[in-house]
Amino acid sequence: MNLFKQFLHRCRRKSPALFHLNTGSCNGCDIEMITCLSPRYDVEQLGIHLEGSPRHADILCITGPVTRNTLEAVKTVYAQVCEPKAVVALGSCPASCNVFAGSPVIEGPLSKYIPVDVYVPGCPPHPDAIAAGIMRAAKILADREVPEKAKGEPQK
Amino acid sequence: MNTSLLIHIFLFPGLLFAVPASWFYVWGERKAMARMQRRIGPPLLQPLYDFVKLCGKRTPARHGIEADLLRLWPALSVLSMVGAIAMLPVFAEGRGFAGDAVVLVTLLEIPSMCFILAGFTSGSIFAEVGAIREAILNVACNAVFLLSIVTIAVMAKTFRLSEIAGVSSNPGHWIGVFGILLCIPAKLRLNPFSTSSAEQEIYSGPLTEYAGAALAMWEMAHGLEWVALTGFVATMIMPAGGAGWLRALSFVAISFALVLLLSISAAATGRLTLERSIRFYWRWAAILAVLAVSATAYMRFVS
Repeated sequence: MNLFKQFLHRCRRKSPALFHLNTGSCNGCDIEMITCLSPRYDVEQLGIHLEGSPRHADILCITGPVTRNTLEAVKTVYAQVCEPKAVVALGSCPASCNVFAGSPVIEGPLSKYIPVDVYVPGCPPHPDAIAAGIMRAAKILADREVPEKAKGEPQK
Repeated sequence: MNTSLLIHIFLFPGLLFAVPASWFYVWGERKAMARMQRRIGPPLLQPLYDFVKLCGKRTPARHGIEADLLRLWPALSVLSMVGAIAMLPVFAEGRGFAGDAVVLVTLLEIPSMCFILAGFTSGSIFAEVGAIREAILNVACNAVFLLSIVTIAVMAKTFRLSEIAGVSSNPGHWIGVFGILLCIPAKLRLNPFSTSSAEQEIYSGPLTEYAGAALAMWEMAHGLEWVALTGFVATMIMPAGGAGWLRALSFVAISFALVLLLSISAAATGRLTLERSIRFYWRWAAILAVLAVSATAYMRFVS
């Protein structure tokens, strides 16, 4: 591995940009995730920052059990995040559908539709656990090779 | 082409200084914002990490004129900002040409023009909303910005930057500088005038569709805008005369102090709606600017 690549990997690890997607969560995990950015936990020290557009993001943070209404949005937003990317499933819902399992309007778990890199279980997970999960995803992201351009890749 | 010009473009205050300075100023802004919120804030090299990371990302495939235009806008912004920074009269003695203040003001306008055009080119509805907001805000704040510069120029009786920078003792000059300072938050899209890139509200404003290296260029253009605008005010309020290194040092110190001041004001205020932003500029700031320009013009013709 040459020097530039090493530096690029270091930069990826040090600057994970998040995009947060709620797929029918009860907002518990969303609140805990926002708490990470608050003065008490302050994940900006680690270079983690929240982005407004999935195009600007590296790590997709998904909360919620994936309802029927949000399934298409999950797929679209996942395609909009540029390579290299990682997915963090926050809370028990995206991992196992939690208490919503068996409901006719729930299409989860998340891993049926997109590859998940890190699960942060909990209902809701502690902000420390979320920060640790994001940092683990950043490490996975840093060493991930950018795949060759696939044909018919979705635009816009 | 003479050596002094090359030094100004490539060494100081041009590329070799301006690019690291832009990262440093952006870090200063984020750090000041974090400290205001009682957080620790990002490490010193954070803007560099962000930039390199973005350069290493894959961008979505686009074709045709749209793809070229989307690459052109950030490149044009960076180039115009480098030009603007190279024109700043840090070392005042006899540089520049008659009317270079007008050229500088034009160059300072180009990034926001490109920002608006980028929003419309990308075709995203959020980008277009952001671009419209930016265009309207630009019209509002530019009236004050231009009148302030005219006030300063009328006071100095010239549109030559190096001569304007030498005159800093009269009240008209300071009112003009105050007017420019009022416009900088709108030009840098800082709170309370951050409606155009209102993050989360309209995704990322005009840059919603940007990714990878093109987005990195936008971030660089934004950093250079910080350097150019704070540097412009710094050259206006720097004491005249002095050795070259002393002037360079005070240029950097005053610019960074302005960065901190603007960040603190951004952290202490909330985002105003577009209507209120326009009302601020056209009602209060414009009255100040018109009074200032008419008073200085009167004083100039009386004396």
